[in-house]
Amino acid sequence: MRSIGRREASVLAAIAALALVLAAAAPGFFARDNLGDLFLANVPVLIAALGMTLVILTGHIDISVGSVFAICAVASGLLAKAGVPMPLVALGACAIGGLLGALNGAFVAYLRIPSIVVTLATMVALRDALRWTTGGAWVQELPAGFQWLGTTQSVYPVLVAGLVIILQVAVSWGLRNLAAGRAVYATGSSVDAARLAGVRTSLVTFSVFVAAGAFTGLAAVVNSVRFSQIPSNTGIGLELNVIAAVVVGGTLITGGRGTPAGTLLGVVLLGMIGPALTFMGVSPYWERAIQGGIILTAVAVDAVRPHVMRVRSYA
Amino acid sequence: MPAAAPLLLEATGIAKSFAGVQALKGVSFDLHAGEVHAIVGENGAGKSTLIKILTGAERPDTGSITIAGQPVDHMDPATSRALGIAVVYQQPSLFPHLTIAENIAMALERGAIWRRVDWRRRNSQAAGLLARIGSPLDPERPVDTLSMPEQQIVEIAKAIGAEARVVIMDEPTASLTDREVENLYRVIALLRSHSVGVIYISHRLEEIFAVSDRITVLRDGHTVGTRAVGDVDRGELIRLMVGRELSTVFPKAAVKPGEPALEVRNLSNEAAGLRDVSLMVARGEILGLAGLVGSGRTQLAETVFGLTPADGGEILVGGRPLRATSPRDAIRAGIAYVPEDRRQHGVVLDMSVAANTSLASLGAVSRRGIIDRAAERGKAQEYVDRLRIKTSSVLAEVGTLSGGNQQKVALARWLSTNPSLIILDEPTQGVDVGSKAEIHGLMQMLAERGLGILMISSDLPEILGMSDRIAVMHKGTIRGVLTRAEATQPAIMSLALDPDSHH
Repeated sequence: MRSIGRREASVLAAIAALALVLAAAAPGFFARDNLGDLFLANVPVLIAALGMTLVILTGHIDISVGSVFAICAVASGLLAKAGVPMPLVALGACAIGGLLGALNGAFVAYLRIPSIVVTLATMVALRDALRWTTGGAWVQELPAGFQWLGTTQSVYPVLVAGLVIILQVAVSWGLRNLAAGRAVYATGSSVDAARLAGVRTSLVTFSVFVAAGAFTGLAAVVNSVRFSQIPSNTGIGLELNVIAAVVVGGTLITGGRGTPAGTLLGVVLLGMIGPALTFMGVSPYWERAIQGGIILTAVAVDAVRPHVMRVRSYA
Repeated sequence: MPAAAPLLLEATGIAKSFAGVQALKGVSFDLHAGEVHAIVGENGAGKSTLIKILTGAERPDTGSITIAGQPVDHMDPATSRALGIAVVYQQPSLFPHLTIAENIAMALERGAIWRRVDWRRRNSQAAGLLARIGSPLDPERPVDTLSMPEQQIVEIAKAIGAEARVVIMDEPTASLTDREVENLYRVIALLRSHSVGVIYISHRLEEIFAVSDRITVLRDGHTVGTRAVGDVDRGELIRLMVGRELSTVFPKAAVKPGEPALEVRNLSNEAAGLRDVSLMVARGEILGLAGLVGSGRTQLAETVFGLTPADGGEILVGGRPLRATSPRDAIRAGIAYVPEDRRQHGVVLDMSVAANTSLASLGAVSRRGIIDRAAERGKAQEYVDRLRIKTSSVLAEVGTLSGGNQQKVALARWLSTNPSLIILDEPTQGVDVGSKAEIHGLMQMLAERGLGILMISSDLPEILGMSDRIAVMHKGTIRGVLTRAEATQPAIMSLALDPDSHH
C-alpha cells in the first residue's frame, strides 16, 4: 500500500504547526467548549465538501452549494413545523438537495454544458427563487424537537461525530473499493478514455451531482438544528469554503486525483484559521486573506511541480 | 550534391543528462544545405533530446553546435529561430480557432502588438506561401477545420515563410496516408531545391530510404553510425538501431479461420459518413482495414463499438445481433477496441497499470461488487509478464511508461475482457521497431487463440504483412476485399484511390 500522500502530509504539517503556535500563544484555543463549537461549525462544511470532492474528482465543479444549502435548510424548518418527524425531515432535506443536484447534473452530463456555467446559473436562480418564496422571512418558532435533532446539546455532538465518521469512511471506502469509485477517477482523468473502456461517464457525472446535492441537504440539516431559527439567506459564500477545502486537501481542480482524507484535512486547516486569529488577537478581517493565501499556495504547488508532486489517489 | 554543399549545421560531442539519467552520451551530427538527413533509433535512443537541443528547448551539458560556420555558445528557442531552424512536429502546434493566415502571421509578423493588422496583406502572404508548396488551401479557413496533414502543410508554410535554412520534421507522416506522404515528399524536394537542409525523423524505414540522402542511427544516446542511403540496407539499419538481429519479416502464420466473430451487413451511419458497409471477420482471422485517412475506417470502428450508433444495417457478434448504443453494450457483446490516439483515449495516464488493466473488466476482479485489490494487482502482473510490459511496478502510473508499453497496457485492458473480436486502430503508430515486432507477435498469438482481429492501419507493409484478408475503404464504404495472395501495394492503393475500380 502506498504511504500517506505528499499533500496530506503537508496539510497535516501545517495543521500541526498552527496547533503548536496556538498552544504557545493562545492555549485557550484548546478549551473544550471552543473545540466543540469549532467542530459543530465545521461539520456542515465537511459534509458538503465530501460531496464536492466527488464532483471535483470527475473534473466538474458545483458552485450552487450555498443556494442548495439555503433551500434545504428552509425546507427542513418548514417540514419540521408541519409536524414531520426529524428523521424524515433529514431525509427530506437530502432528497430535495439530491433533486436540485439532479437538475445540475442533467444539464452538465446530458446537455454537456460546462458545470461552472450551469451551477452559476442555478446558484443565482435558486437563491432568488428562495428569496421570492420566503419574502426574505426567516423560519421561526421551530418545534421543540427540531433543535439538536431532538437530542440534547451534549448528546448532539456525539451523534454528529458518529455521522461524520460514517460518511467519511463510506466515501473513502467506496472510492477505493467500488467500481463506481474507479469510474469517478477514470472519468475525471480522461472522460474519453473512460467512455471507451465502457464507463458510463454521463451517468457518473450525473450521479456525483446528485450525491453532492444530497450531502449538501444533510449539511443544511446538521447546521440548522444548532439554532432556534433559520435565516433564509443562510449559506451565502459556502461554496468558497467548500471548494477551498477540497482544493487545499489536494484534489486536482481538473479532476482525477484526490482523496476524501485530504478534504477532511483541508476543512480542518481552513476551519482553524479564523478562530485562531481571534485567539491570537489578530483582526478577523485577515481570515479571508490568509485562507486565500493557503489556496493559492496549494494550487501553485500543483502547477509548479506537476511531475514530482504526487497527490494520492486510490486508482 | 551534399559533398559540395556548405555545412549548415554541425553538432559534436553532445551530452545531456536529466536528473541523473544520461539521455545523450556523445552525439555528433551534421547537415548540409539541400540535404535530407534522417535520424533513426528506437524510442528512448535520444532523438527527441537531440531535437530539443537543436531548437534550444534544452541546453546540452557538453558539446558544441555550429550553425553555418558560426559556433553558437548559447542556444535558446529565440536564437534557434533567428538562425533559421524550424520544426514541424508530429502533432502540429497551431491555434485551432484562428485562420491559416493568422497562424502563419503569428509566426512571421513582427512589430508592435497594437499595430493595425493589414488583413489583405496577411491573407495574400499566406496564399503565396501555400501556393509555393502547391497547396490549394484557402488562407481564411480556420485551422480547426483542417485535417492533420493539412495542418502539417500550414506548419511547413510557416517554416518556408520564416526562410528557415534547417527544417526538422519529427515523425511528419505518423498520421498521413500514402498519397499524403507523396505530397510531403514533393514539398521536401522543393525545400531541398531551395538549399534548405531537412532533418527527417521517422519510424518508417521505407520512407527513410525514399526520402533521405544520409541516415544517422542513434542508440542509447550514442551516434552508432552515419551512412549514405546507398550504402546501407534495411536489415543493417535495423541491426544498428536495435543492436541485435531482429526479424524483418512479419510473424504472420496462417490460422484456420473459425466461426464469424463479427459480421457487418449493409451498415450505414449518416453522421459518421458510412454507407452500406458489409464485412466479416472470422475467429482466428486478421482482417486488415486499409484506406486513406478520412475514408471512414475509424468511423466504422466507432460505429461497431457503439460510440456513434448506426442508423441502418446490422452488426452481428458471434452470430448474435448487436445494437450497440454505447461502448458498454459493445464490450458486453465481446468487442474490444484499442483506439488510435492511445494517450488521449487508449489509457488513463493518471491511473496505475493495474487500474488501467482492470478498468473494462472490474467484475472479474471483484467479489460482490467490491474490488479485490490483491486479485487486481495479480491479474495485472500476469499481463505485465505475458505482454512483457516494461514498468517498475503494476502500481506505476501509465503516464510514466513509453509509448509501446502504454499500447501494451491498452491491449492488456482489452484482453482481460475476454473479447471475441478486437479492433486495433493503428496499433503500432509511433511505436519503436522492437515494440512493433512484439505487438505483431501478440496479434499473431491472439489470432491463434481464436480471436477475430480487425486491424486498421495506414502502414501498408504492416497491412500486407499481418492480414489474412484486406478490406479497402473509400469514402465511407468498402471498395473491395483482397485475399493475402492478391494483395499488393498497388492493388490496395488503386482501390483506396480510385472510386470506380472494382475488384
